[in-house]
Amino acid sequence: MNALRIRRPWRLAAEAAALLVAAVVAFPLYWMVLAAFKPAAEVQSAAPRPWTLRPSLDAFRRVFDQQDFGRYFLNSLLVAGTVVVASGLVAFLAATAVTRFRFRFRTTLLVMFLVAQMVPVEALTIPLFFLLRDAGGTVPGIGLNTLGSLILPHLAFSLPFAVWMLRGFVRAVPEALEEAAYLDGASRARFLWRILFPLVLPGLMATSVFSFISTWNDFLFAKSFIISATENSTLPMALLVFFKDEGNDWGGIMAASTVMTVPVLVFFVLVQRRLVSGLGGAVKD
Amino acid sequence: MTATDTSRASRPSRARRPGAWTPWLYLAPALVLIGGLLVYPLYQLGLISFLEYTQAQVSGGEPTSFQGLGNYTELFRDAQFRQVLLATVVFAAACVLATLAVGCALAVLLTRVRALPRLALMLAALGAWATPAVTGSTVWLFLFDPDLGPVDSALSALGLSGFEGHSWTYDRYSAFGLVLLEVVWCSFPFVMVTVYAGLRAIPAEVLEAAALDGASQWRIWRGVTAPMLRPILVVVTVQSVIWDFKIFTQIYVMTNGGGVAGQNLTLNVYAYQKAFASSQYSLGSAIGVVMLLILLAVTLGYLRLLRRQGEEI
Repeated sequence: MNALRIRRPWRLAAEAAALLVAAVVAFPLYWMVLAAFKPAAEVQSAAPRPWTLRPSLDAFRRVFDQQDFGRYFLNSLLVAGTVVVASGLVAFLAATAVTRFRFRFRTTLLVMFLVAQMVPVEALTIPLFFLLRDAGGTVPGIGLNTLGSLILPHLAFSLPFAVWMLRGFVRAVPEALEEAAYLDGASRARFLWRILFPLVLPGLMATSVFSFISTWNDFLFAKSFIISATENSTLPMALLVFFKDEGNDWGGIMAASTVMTVPVLVFFVLVQRRLVSGLGGAVKD
Repeated sequence: MTATDTSRASRPSRARRPGAWTPWLYLAPALVLIGGLLVYPLYQLGLISFLEYTQAQVSGGEPTSFQGLGNYTELFRDAQFRQVLLATVVFAAACVLATLAVGCALAVLLTRVRALPRLALMLAALGAWATPAVTGSTVWLFLFDPDLGPVDSALSALGLSGFEGHSWTYDRYSAFGLVLLEVVWCSFPFVMVTVYAGLRAIPAEVLEAAALDGASQWRIWRGVTAPMLRPILVVVTVQSVIWDFKIFTQIYVMTNGGGVAGQNLTLNVYAYQKAFASSQYSLGSAIGVVMLLILLAVTLGYLRLLRRQGEEI
C-alpha cells in the first residue's frame, strides 16, 4: 500500500516480524514432515531434534503395509473426485439457469442457495443416517457402509456454495456470444456445452477446491456412515487407527498425516490464483 | 444486470419460446439433490426431535410416540447440556475473536513489508489453510505430546520447571486452549488473505489525501480504512462464527471424543455422542435443532447487515 513512506527501521522490524510469524505458522507442517521421515528411534527420543541426518521411509512403509492404507487413500480419492466432477456439472447447469434466465421464484431460489450454505450440515448426521439406511434397502450402493453414502451428502452440501460462486463466472461470459451462437444456428445444448462450459471451466476449477477440501477432510460422515465395512473407510478414519492405548505410533501418524495433506496442498497450489479472483468475485457480488 | 435486461428486451421470443421450463430443467438435478439430502433431512431432524426415538424404536421393538417439547425440556433441565451450551458459546467466541485479531493484524503487517517476507508469510498461511482438520489436529497434538512432543522438551530445556511430561489435554482449560490454537492456526489464513485483499483495494490517493490533510494514523484508520473494510469484516466475522460454532473434528480428535469426563464437549460432539454412542437419537436431534436455530439467528443478522449496506443479490 504505502511501504515506501514507512521509515526504514519500522519496515525492517515489520519484515522481521513477518518472517518470524511465517516460521511459526509453518513449523507444525515442518514438524509433521520431519517426524514422518525420521527413523523410529529418533521419533521416540525424549529430546527431539529439529532435524534428522538419517531420513528413512520406514514410517511410510509401516503405514502402507500394516493397515489397508492404500485402499483408504483410493477411497478418499474416489469420493472426493466424484463429488468434484458431479458437483461441478450440476452447479454449472444451475448457475446458468439463475444467471441466463429470468423466471418466477428466481430471487427466492438465490436466497435459498445463500441460506442453505449456512445450514450446519453436521446437525443433519442423524436424519441422514436413517435416510441412507432406508435408501440402502431399495438402492444398493448408496446405503450405509458404501462409498455412495459419503458421495451423495457431500455432493448435495457442496452445491449451494458452488452455484453461488459460479454465478459470477457465468455472468462474465458476454450475452453477445450467446446471440451470435444462436444466429449461427447452434442449439441451446450446443451453446451450453461447447461454448459456455469451456469458458466457465476456470471458474469451475476454483469452485471445485471447496468441494474437494470439504469432502477430503470430512471426518463426521466418514465416522458415522461407514460403520462395519472398514474396506470402505476413508483416510481420516485410517489415521485414527494409529492412536493406541499403549502409546501412539507418532511416526506412523505423521507419515499418514503427510500423505493426507499433500494432495490438498497440491490442489491448493494449482488453483490458488483462480481461487483468489473467484473469491473476489463472490464477495463483490 | 443491465446486459441481461437489454438482451431480454431485444429477444423476447427467444426467452419464452423454447419453453419457460428450460431453467427448471437446468435446475432440476441441483434441486433434487438439495431437496432430498438437505431439505428433507432438515424436516426429519425437526420431526425426530419431537419424538421418543431410541434404540427400541429404531429396531421396531416399540412404537414411536410423540413427545411434544419433551425432549427440549429434558435437555434444558440437564445440567451437562447447559454447561456444554455455555462452553460452546464461550469457546466459539474466543476462537472467532482470536482468529479475527490474528488475521487482521497480519493483513496489516502484509501491507507494510516488501515482496519477499510477504511471499513467505502468504505461503506459510496457505499451507496452514490447506491442512485438513484431522491432520492439523494430530500434528498439534503431537507438538504438545507430554512424552515426545517438542514443546514440552523445549520449555524444559529453557529451564522452566513442571513442563517435563506435562499433559496439555488433562486440564479442561488448557485442553480448550490447545484446540483454540489449532483452530486459529488453520482459520486465520482465510481472514488474513481476505482482509489483505480488502486493504489493497482501498485507493492509495484516498489515504494520501487524508495524510496530507494532517490526519493521524489513528484518524485515517477510524475515518477511512475501517469504514471501507466494513463489508469484508462482516463477511469474515460471520463465516468465522459459523465455522467455529460447529467445530467437531478438532475437539473429537484432540480431546479424544470430548475430554476427560466430557469436560471438553461442544454442542456438535455432544449431539454425536448422544445419538451414536448412547442411541438417544431424539435428544441428539434436539441438540441439532438448538444449534441450527442459533446459527439461523446469526445468518438472519448477516442478511440484514448486507441489506442495510445496500447490496443486492
